[in-house]
Amino acid sequence: MELSILIFLPAIAAAVILLLPQRLEQNAKWVALVTAAAMFALSVQLFFRFDTGASGYQFVERRSWVDIGAFNLQYFVGVDGLSLPLVVLTTCLTLASVLVSFSVTHRPRAYFACLLILASSVVGVFVSLDLMLFFLFWELELFPMYLLISIWGSGRKEYSATKFVLYTIAGSAFMLIGILVLAFDARTFDIEQLAAAEFRDTLLPLGWVFFFLFIGFAVKLPIVPLHTWLPDAHSDAPTAVSVMLAGVLLKMGGYGIIRLCVTLMPEVAHDWDAWMAGVGAFSVLYGGFITLRQTDVKRLIAYSSVSHMGLVLLGIGALGSTGLTGATYQMLAHGLITGLMFVMIGLMYERTHTRDIARLGGLARQMPLIATGMVFAGMASLGLPALAGFIAEVTVFLGTFQRFEWAVIASIFGVVLSAGYILWMLQRVMFGPVRHEWDELHDQRHWWEHTVVAGLAALVILLGVYPSLIMNVIEPAMTTLAERLQV
Amino acid sequence: MNGIDVLGPQLSVLVAAGVVLVADALFPGQRRILPFLALAGLLTAALWTTSWVGRGDYQTVFHGTIALDRYAVFFQYVFAGVTATVIFASIDWVSREGRRQGEYYALVLTVCGGLMFLAGARDLITIFIALELSSIPQYILAGWGKDSKSSEAGLKYLLLGAIASSLLLYGMALLYGVTGTTLLSGIADAIAADGESYRGLLIVAMTLLIAGFGFKMAVVPFQMWVPDVYQGAPTPVAAFLSVGSKAAAFAVATRVFFEALGADFLRDDWSMIFAVIAAVSMTLGNLMAIVQSDIKRMLGYSSIAQAGNFLVGLAAISVAGEEFTLGASGVLLFVAAYAFTNLGAFVAVIAISQRINSDRIADYAGMWKVSPFLALGLAFCLVSLTGIPPTVGFWAKLYIFNAAVRADLVWLVIIGVLNSVISAYYYLGVVRVMFLGEPGTEQRFRASPSIAVAMAATALGVLVFGIVPMPLMSAARDAVEIFAR
Repeated sequence: MELSILIFLPAIAAAVILLLPQRLEQNAKWVALVTAAAMFALSVQLFFRFDTGASGYQFVERRSWVDIGAFNLQYFVGVDGLSLPLVVLTTCLTLASVLVSFSVTHRPRAYFACLLILASSVVGVFVSLDLMLFFLFWELELFPMYLLISIWGSGRKEYSATKFVLYTIAGSAFMLIGILVLAFDARTFDIEQLAAAEFRDTLLPLGWVFFFLFIGFAVKLPIVPLHTWLPDAHSDAPTAVSVMLAGVLLKMGGYGIIRLCVTLMPEVAHDWDAWMAGVGAFSVLYGGFITLRQTDVKRLIAYSSVSHMGLVLLGIGALGSTGLTGATYQMLAHGLITGLMFVMIGLMYERTHTRDIARLGGLARQMPLIATGMVFAGMASLGLPALAGFIAEVTVFLGTFQRFEWAVIASIFGVVLSAGYILWMLQRVMFGPVRHEWDELHDQRHWWEHTVVAGLAALVILLGVYPSLIMNVIEPAMTTLAERLQV
Repeated sequence: MNGIDVLGPQLSVLVAAGVVLVADALFPGQRRILPFLALAGLLTAALWTTSWVGRGDYQTVFHGTIALDRYAVFFQYVFAGVTATVIFASIDWVSREGRRQGEYYALVLTVCGGLMFLAGARDLITIFIALELSSIPQYILAGWGKDSKSSEAGLKYLLLGAIASSLLLYGMALLYGVTGTTLLSGIADAIAADGESYRGLLIVAMTLLIAGFGFKMAVVPFQMWVPDVYQGAPTPVAAFLSVGSKAAAFAVATRVFFEALGADFLRDDWSMIFAVIAAVSMTLGNLMAIVQSDIKRMLGYSSIAQAGNFLVGLAAISVAGEEFTLGASGVLLFVAAYAFTNLGAFVAVIAISQRINSDRIADYAGMWKVSPFLALGLAFCLVSLTGIPPTVGFWAKLYIFNAAVRADLVWLVIIGVLNSVISAYYYLGVVRVMFLGEPGTEQRFRASPSIAVAMAATALGVLVFGIVPMPLMSAARDAVEIFAR
């Protein structure tokens, strides 16, 4: 019941917002805020009620949905140690996105409705345990994203929105083929049953199926060379959408690889583990080098996401409990840290109306609070100990080192690069000579801005100093998965 | 006469046609009520059908020539719904055209009456007469417009339709000659008794039947009339043709082949013919649709490709007894899904074309900014025609391809999936033009109330059945239970 509420509450709230009369349209944000806060509270409550000792899925709901011939599709949702933290991350960043959007005045009803539908579909992706349901939510997410970027974005917004949609659709066409081949063979769409099934007589070789699914997720993650949509989408999206995009949408890719590619086809995953680790390490390095050359703050952080998500793939490639746990933790940490980073950039951009590094400088003098937040996010992003990113990176490296020493060494060099590009960016944007053209600008000053920044920063610290809070939930699930992988 | 009340739905539609004509003649000042009289007739028919369903009293009447079974009921609903949507979509156009309004609605209702007779027909003669009853008014309607293109469309449709009818009649005559009966059940019995001794003649009859039905279905190689007729006929009529006559042809072909020609030794032959026609229709229809610049021609070619998809269901006869009817139920599901999706697309085209006075796809640029409601509705229907979730078109494709996989027609499924990708190119191309192009005019326009009703009803149907497809699927499956063996 709780998970259904998490999926449908935002959808219903979106309908309510759309039905608001014109004169009340400025109240849309309050409806969205209450909804997002309720979702966050509910997911946190689920997090603490989750039984870490039990195996399998919890808070399960199962209902027959469509019955075709011998197999039937179900409305089947549930969470385990992998998906629950991601659901909490989603609701948390939804709340943050609503708050940073409080200044949106252009067509607010449609805007907040899109944001809530986006949240609904992402939660749906994380909790679906029926492949077709999963696929439907996966596709559903495109509609609000397209509108959000193409209507409320900036720059070449329609180009970027279309590119985003085309990349994802191309990936999901492959994914659908993979899903259907698996389901036609096992005669079920139930992920639990599929995980136990043996695929004997598939229409396509199982290696292809793995590859097809992998392509669909790799576009989303994204890995090099399928990443080129990301910088465009980020730089042209409004702040809240960047937060959602970097914070949770990319995680759908990592989640899919673990939940479907690795869990359903462990043998194939074993054949390709070195490739996954290698491509992951390559993404880390390539992303890092490209980031160094960026002149737009948002593009810079977008490329750094490519680099950071490479670590997720590296951790998955290790196919061990520690590596998988590290990969999941990295998804959470990156979601919070990059979410915070995009919030800070958004606050800055709202005032300066430029993200061109060459035109910025010395902002710490004029906007000390924003500068503090951005420096904090930067420190977390480059992996400063006692902050969330550090724990995640270390866990991934520990989990992978035994198997792919070379990939880890290469990736560590990528982390060094991240210190370079982050510090250099901070130095050029926040410090250095003061530019008087920005003298008139005010600092961060609204309550909603303070709340978002303080809240996300607190969570980044919490995950950095008390990792076992989350690790205890992730690890049992990953250990069970790793045991299956050993066989 | 016994059993006349079984024909209630059909008769109430035909009576409504008469009422519309009389009302038109008696009250020339009150033409605005004509479409509503027609809709009342359709509503009566639907309610009458519902009352039969409620009683669960399924039977055949008139010596077995007309059946009232779930199969007939399914199609009666589809035809009533299609006709009602077409009437809603026509109101504007007809009143603007101004002349012979009563005749227009009367002809549309006559087509619907013929289609409804067809849904329950279980006898070759009844089938032929019902088919003609629905076809002849369509020839007239195709030539309804004032321009020469419309006249050409009407004449072309008439001539080719006559050829199709004669082929069909030859096939039926041959079938009667070898089996000695025109009842479908009687033919099945005769074939089961000693059919193998005249197998050659049966195959000739079958081929003629397929050719005759093929014209109405608009599948390759019997498709050449489609683009010209769709382009030339008035748009509401083209919408009716693209859905009504195609659905009728599939309704009757499915019944004839499953009920009369379902014998084991014949099945593989016609299944293979259908599979080949399906593959060719899908591929040619889609390839031709890509290069079209006129949206009505594009929809015409796309309807050829879609007919290929339906045929996959007819080809998918699996050997296993319990799944014998899976393909047939797929045809029904696809017909219903396609009917509303394609009608929805046509409704948007009717409204937009009237406004911008052009059928060129390029002129649809920026429609999203000019008329968001129609652009969204059209985009949604095109997405459904492509087969992308969450739309009813997705489920129809999934269902019918699933049936084909069961019947070991994997090659056909692969061709079908590849064709879906090709079709995405031109369907989504229109969506792209509408959403990303720059509009020629900034002046927004609203759809008229009747168009809005038709658009909202079809789009909502596509969406609701896209999320909860089960009721439609069970209805289709129950309908074909009569063929189970």
